[in-house]
Amino acid sequence: MTQTDTATAKPARRLPPMTVIGPVVALIALIIIGAMLNPNFLGYANLTNVLSRSAFIGIIAVGMTFVITAGGLDLSVGSMAAFIAGLMILVMNAALPVLGVGLPIIFLGVATALVAGVIAGLINGLLITKVGIEAFIVTLGTMGIYRSLVTWMADGGTLSLDFGLRTFYRPVYYDGILGISWPIIVFALCVIVGEIFLSRGVFGRHVAATGANAEVAHYSSVNTTRVRLATYVLLGLLVGVATIMYVPRLGSASQTTGILWELEAIAAVIIGGTYLKGGFGRVWGTVIGVLILSLIENILNLTDYVSPYLNGAVQGVMIILAVILQRGAKTGK
Amino acid sequence: MTPILALDDVSKHFGPIEVLHGLSFALYPGEVHALIGENGAGKSTTMKILAGYQPASSGRITLDGAPVTFDTMRAAEEQGIVMIHQEFNLAELLTVEQNMFLGRELRRGPFLRRAEMQRQTRAQLARVECHADPRALVRELSNSDKQMLEIAKALSRDARVLIMDEPTAVLTNNETEILFQQVRALREQGTAVMFTSHKLDEVKAIADRVTIMRDGKVVFTGPAEGLSEQDMAEAMVGRELSDLYPVNPGTVPGEVVLRVQELDVPGHASDIGFELHRGEILGIAGLVGSGRTEAMEGLCGLRPATGAVEIEGESVTIRRPSDALDRGLCYLTEDRKTRGLLLDKSMRENVTLQALPRRAGVMIDRAGEERILDEAIRDFDIRGARGVRVGNLSGGNQQKLLLAKVMQSEPRILVTDEPTRGIDIGTKQQIYRFLRGLADQGTSVIVISSEMQELIGLCDRVLVMRLGRITGQLAGHDITERGIVRLAMGIAQDPDPQTDSKAGQGEATPASDILDSDRPT
Repeated sequence: MTQTDTATAKPARRLPPMTVIGPVVALIALIIIGAMLNPNFLGYANLTNVLSRSAFIGIIAVGMTFVITAGGLDLSVGSMAAFIAGLMILVMNAALPVLGVGLPIIFLGVATALVAGVIAGLINGLLITKVGIEAFIVTLGTMGIYRSLVTWMADGGTLSLDFGLRTFYRPVYYDGILGISWPIIVFALCVIVGEIFLSRGVFGRHVAATGANAEVAHYSSVNTTRVRLATYVLLGLLVGVATIMYVPRLGSASQTTGILWELEAIAAVIIGGTYLKGGFGRVWGTVIGVLILSLIENILNLTDYVSPYLNGAVQGVMIILAVILQRGAKTGK
Repeated sequence: MTPILALDDVSKHFGPIEVLHGLSFALYPGEVHALIGENGAGKSTTMKILAGYQPASSGRITLDGAPVTFDTMRAAEEQGIVMIHQEFNLAELLTVEQNMFLGRELRRGPFLRRAEMQRQTRAQLARVECHADPRALVRELSNSDKQMLEIAKALSRDARVLIMDEPTAVLTNNETEILFQQVRALREQGTAVMFTSHKLDEVKAIADRVTIMRDGKVVFTGPAEGLSEQDMAEAMVGRELSDLYPVNPGTVPGEVVLRVQELDVPGHASDIGFELHRGEILGIAGLVGSGRTEAMEGLCGLRPATGAVEIEGESVTIRRPSDALDRGLCYLTEDRKTRGLLLDKSMRENVTLQALPRRAGVMIDRAGEERILDEAIRDFDIRGARGVRVGNLSGGNQQKLLLAKVMQSEPRILVTDEPTRGIDIGTKQQIYRFLRGLADQGTSVIVISSEMQELIGLCDRVLVMRLGRITGQLAGHDITERGIVRLAMGIAQDPDPQTDSKAGQGEATPASDILDSDRPT
């Protein structure tokens, strides 16, 4: 998959090799460094742990890739995830006396998360496309709103899923098939479908065209309003999916749930080679961005050379490096 | 009287192409000098050379009789030569005073002397009888106030020569009158004023001296006295036709495929009505700003519009471009760089963009796209490496690619806007042949163009627009530059009675009237 995509992206953008292979090289370097520093790094337990934890950000980042490629931005996804998690817990707890512990109540929770995600995405998208407010402003606003709503719903504390329900729901995060945990499977599915639609689908082409030059897209009979709206709805839906995987992990939501997820997701997208200004995006790159960010954190935690408290600093350096590489690619023609 | 500023045998070429050939004319103090000519005659380039924005390739520029070269516009400005561009060069979010002193603010140590700058601004504006508040944001000013601010700003730099590129294009008649009062006042003070305009009545009203350009040459320069609007229009046009244009087979146009009635595009065009026949090439003439582009964009769903549209006898509602495309109606933009092509993408992605949903459904077939591109490269003779960024193609190849892209959706009615703008003559010829070929095969083509020769050489029938309305139509041998210019500029007197009534009535003529009475028989 990776191979075909680099091959087809090349004639289109004439990307210098560094921006295509740069993130891959960085990821491989990180894996080698990690393996040398700590023998447990490549162990099954550690890798499963890292991948499962990065799945939430990863699923959101897939949606963010579409939004950014279409020339948009969404800062609200972290607090949206917290709000949806809180809402799911409230709805499931409230339905418990009626439905009891069992699959129906899980489906109710799942439906709640997906519907809430789509509605939240629709609100962002409509404000941005129909009302015509800057994406940065709209999502900055909704970011504050969702964060504050979850705090209010939890009355400043923590919303917890009923204990019996939590035990029943737990396997969705911790179990899996063939030793691969569910979050990793769902993440992989999102990536595969996302990559195919972004690079091979008519929708993906329209997303890139809208981000590259909305005027040209409009004059080419592309309904740019609908395309941009759809990217926000897709992202909202994926935030719902991520929340469905997240809630069974801790079984709770509070005002600190999902904090800074939006920035991690945006960073992963950019490190992966998608242009922040829009017009060009690749989901597989975003996956590599997510992995790079998670591995940095993991390596710092596993080793003693650099304090884990400096995690943010190292990630920051990576983000800036990625953007410098991109700019070199654009001006170096 | 010695001229302040004069051009003596000045030529200009861009690369191997010479665009100005041996220009000579002079600006005198206390005189208003009009520079007129068709679009593309070289007026703007000439003005830019005068104001030091561009160097001349050869020839002499003299200032007060002595040869000068301006290395920069700043050098020209220091000599008192100031140019006001067609687009306002003002910072919209700054105040009037901040704009007036932008780049040369009065200061005391590190602090701005705001009160003093406001006082001077008010004084400068008073000179041109503009009463805008120095503290108001430029964004809030009317167009005429902005124009006056530009002029006041120029005058505050002690302009001896004021050059204005189409200053009245954005002004209403009243605003134009105010501007002209100021221009007359400047003339009294001994300033040399040069301006361009497409409105010959204005030229007649205010100019002391007129220079007429055609194809990069000065064809007339002299006193305005005794020169009629008719004379000016005739001097501006008048080239012979060559075989640049394909032979018109002269077949009788087929049935009506498009009927437009009372099309309104708010702010740009109103009461547009016409019919288009199968296999016909219909030209739309008019000055830039006459609403021809906006009217067609409104028709094709690219901007809000109301009106009754029938395609192939069926009443249709077109709200967005894809609705038009569903009906086989497609618009090819005049602006290939910002509206037509994705400059950062490859030819393959560009050529299929418009037709994608129809051809591909949900998923894209890459191999199919490559085949489409192969065909487009062959059919339209597009030259350039396959993988190259479209932005790196030449203008002519970009235009052919754009045409190929639009043709992918197989339109039955093709609206082309300035289909040959800024491309070389060989490519022009290819495009003319292609459009005629399309018409011969039964596609109906609308060509919007500023090049009158193009309309005459290519079209079966030409509609002329002025100020957002259709002022008349010409067909067959009646399609002449004189006829078009007259209708486009709203010149009343006309020896030809057929077009005269249209030009004279303008607003009062209902569209249906034009359709019925002017149809060639």
